[in-house]
Amino acid sequence: MKRFTTFALTLFTLLPYCLNAQAPVTYDRLSNAAKEPQNYLTYGGDYFSSRFSPLTQITPANAKNLSLSWVYQSAVAGSWESTPLVVDGIMYVTQRPNDVVALDAVTGRVFWIYHYNNDPKITVCCGANSRGVAILGDTLYMGTLDAHLVAIDTKSGHPLWKSDVADSKAGYSITMAPLAVKDEIIVGVGGGEYGIRGFIAAFDAKTGKERWKFYTIPAPGEPGSETWGSCKTATAYCDPEAWKHGSGSAWVTGSFDPSLNMIYWGIGNVGPDYNGEQRPGDNLYTCSVIALDADTGKLKWHYQFTPHDEYDYDSVQVPVLADITWKGAPLKAMLWANRNGNFYVLDRATGKFLLGKPFVKVNWMSGFDDNGKPIQTRQPPGMPTYPAVQGGTNWYSPSFSPRTKLMYVSAWEDEGEMFGGVPVEYKEGMNFGGGNLSLFVPRADDPTKPIPNAPTIPNLRRGPINNWTDAGGHGAVLAIDPQTGTVKWRFRMTDVTDSGIISTGSDVIFTGGREGYLQAIDARTGTLIWKQNLGAQMINNPITYSVNGKQYVAAMAGLSLFTFALPN
Amino acid sequence: MTLKAFFNRPAIRAAAGLLLSAGFLAAQAIQGHPEDYSRADIEYGARLYSENCDRCHGPNGTGVSGVDFKSGKFSHATTDRQLIAVITSGFPEAGMPPFQFDDAQFAGIVAFLRNMNTLDRGSLTPGNPARGQAVLEGKGACLNCHRVNGKGSRKAPDLSDVGAVRSAGSIERSLVEPNIQMMPINRPVHIVTRAGKAIDGRRVNEDTYTVQIADQEGRLLSLQKSELREFSVSTKSNMPSYKGELTPAEMSDLVSYLLTLKGQ
Repeated sequence: MKRFTTFALTLFTLLPYCLNAQAPVTYDRLSNAAKEPQNYLTYGGDYFSSRFSPLTQITPANAKNLSLSWVYQSAVAGSWESTPLVVDGIMYVTQRPNDVVALDAVTGRVFWIYHYNNDPKITVCCGANSRGVAILGDTLYMGTLDAHLVAIDTKSGHPLWKSDVADSKAGYSITMAPLAVKDEIIVGVGGGEYGIRGFIAAFDAKTGKERWKFYTIPAPGEPGSETWGSCKTATAYCDPEAWKHGSGSAWVTGSFDPSLNMIYWGIGNVGPDYNGEQRPGDNLYTCSVIALDADTGKLKWHYQFTPHDEYDYDSVQVPVLADITWKGAPLKAMLWANRNGNFYVLDRATGKFLLGKPFVKVNWMSGFDDNGKPIQTRQPPGMPTYPAVQGGTNWYSPSFSPRTKLMYVSAWEDEGEMFGGVPVEYKEGMNFGGGNLSLFVPRADDPTKPIPNAPTIPNLRRGPINNWTDAGGHGAVLAIDPQTGTVKWRFRMTDVTDSGIISTGSDVIFTGGREGYLQAIDARTGTLIWKQNLGAQMINNPITYSVNGKQYVAAMAGLSLFTFALPN
Repeated sequence: MTLKAFFNRPAIRAAAGLLLSAGFLAAQAIQGHPEDYSRADIEYGARLYSENCDRCHGPNGTGVSGVDFKSGKFSHATTDRQLIAVITSGFPEAGMPPFQFDDAQFAGIVAFLRNMNTLDRGSLTPGNPARGQAVLEGKGACLNCHRVNGKGSRKAPDLSDVGAVRSAGSIERSLVEPNIQMMPINRPVHIVTRAGKAIDGRRVNEDTYTVQIADQEGRLLSLQKSELREFSVSTKSNMPSYKGELTPAEMSDLVSYLLTLKGQ
């Protein structure tokens, strides 16, 4: 008996270490991420980017008891937009500008920090962010602000190789977390405000050698080039070689369907962002989703959400893939709440448009034609366009729960913008926006007119005082029913939110916002269950994971990473 | 075609000239609202221009070779934001130092520069700050509600730095049409707690779950919204309009005084 007790105790003691065996993260593991719910293996949680965790320990009934487990302070200034990975008890998170930190996911103690030295002359729009890493085998992969891809050993934090992806002097950068598929690492490039010619490229995971590259702006003669029209008007400035700096960046991670062998990527704004006159046509493949063969990078299909965009409606949302029932039949669906304010359902095998419906106030279009192309309604000068430049939503990740069958989206509601374009000449590495725009805060006595000089919602960051209030827009979490596109419930916030959402197997969703609250919300009703003021804005995707049977929730606010769990 | 070539085309040059001379660009430059360049901003900008820019650019904006502000064209700026960036950066290689101004000053300078092509400077009537202070403390009775450098009431916002955070036009509009220009954060609130206590005050901050206010006596209160029976935000300002109450000269004097309040 004593021998058995000793054996049992030994087994029990060793069990956590066995569970945390730190085995290489194979393609098979990545393809079956749902089988290891304790881990968070990819930027989107799984290849479908559902950001649904099957973990169930934290429930609507007990989430009110969540308490702080540990805090990691990065001591690096600037908005922290990273999404951590957690693999067998170890968390890998990027911090500005291109550090990777490996932490004990139970205590927050640091194993190692890898620091990448960027070219000091880099040009990056909208913050020197790195949104995370990919893992494959025993290697982490990070894109850099100076447009390189680096491979880093998971155990030591030492770099293994570094590959050139693009020329940072021309405005290229990488801010997204790469996607590991089979034996290749796929990245897209940022730089949409600098007139790049965007692309998505795959690299050999072992060697860093480029395998394929797909340009998001077709060259003359290639399919899609007909959407870069010739200059016809005599009174407008028109650029006959607009395609060369047509932007089409890809600065947020894509998704993958192993059964179709297709990767899906959201493509960013056209360049210049706001002055459409100098680039006639629909400007493919900007503001689109593209489906590529995962092995060759060849285009399988595309759908353009905002043809000839003049509002910076990047389609850089993470493609959410879901297997649902549609009109009584199984459907391999793609669900997409777009920056342009519409929620879409597409057939991800073919790209067929199935549903499009506004989830926030929209007046840049009035509906769709039979092919799913929006019927655009340009607003007159001085009148607001909805949604505003930050969109109905943006880059932060939504979540789809296969339990509730709802899509959870962080939205900006009722924010309007007065858009205007001005001619802009392309100069390498220089801002190529071509815009003149301002947010619209309606007067109390006459909502059709703006309050002159009123404070407006800051584009990226805020201090602790909300001077703009909700008069010119506000945030919300929306639960959208993909069958109809209708909002089943709305969780309204006073300020806006740049926080992603994660849903769980116990029907709890976690999200943040600019006000600095980490919130647990009932996924079925939209009722607040628990909140904690973290003291600074959350601009990232919360995650949940488990180590030794204990479920944690982690999110960054300000310069710190906070982790919560239920008391023992 | 390059931009330069585009603008060198005769038809385009003529069209651009028409637009610029008509003040089109000026109106377009901020938000497409002509009222954004108010008379008060232009007058304030004229004074700042005299103090900071005249020495090199001259009173007519033609003092630097190759630069003519009266043309309405700015070779390195199309939008107001770009114009401010040029002023902030300067052109050290050409002898222009970088300038630092607060938001109110930039609003004034931009308004003046944008209107130099059509403006008769002789028509400007800049106010007298000393007389304006007398209006504030006397006829205007502003300190019955506002506070300036430690004097006055706490009912309405403290004005000690209003000249740094509000443009001249915005201040003038507040005096004439307070309901239009009242900032959303400053809107009066009426609160009734679950215990039945009524509180009137001014919102100073708010989030989804809480609201922070200054009550009528200036006390700072932070309240949980879940503990309130009533929370309403008025869209009407408690401030009276001074339209017709002050003469144009008094109004101009008062605005010019408020613009000197830059905080400590």
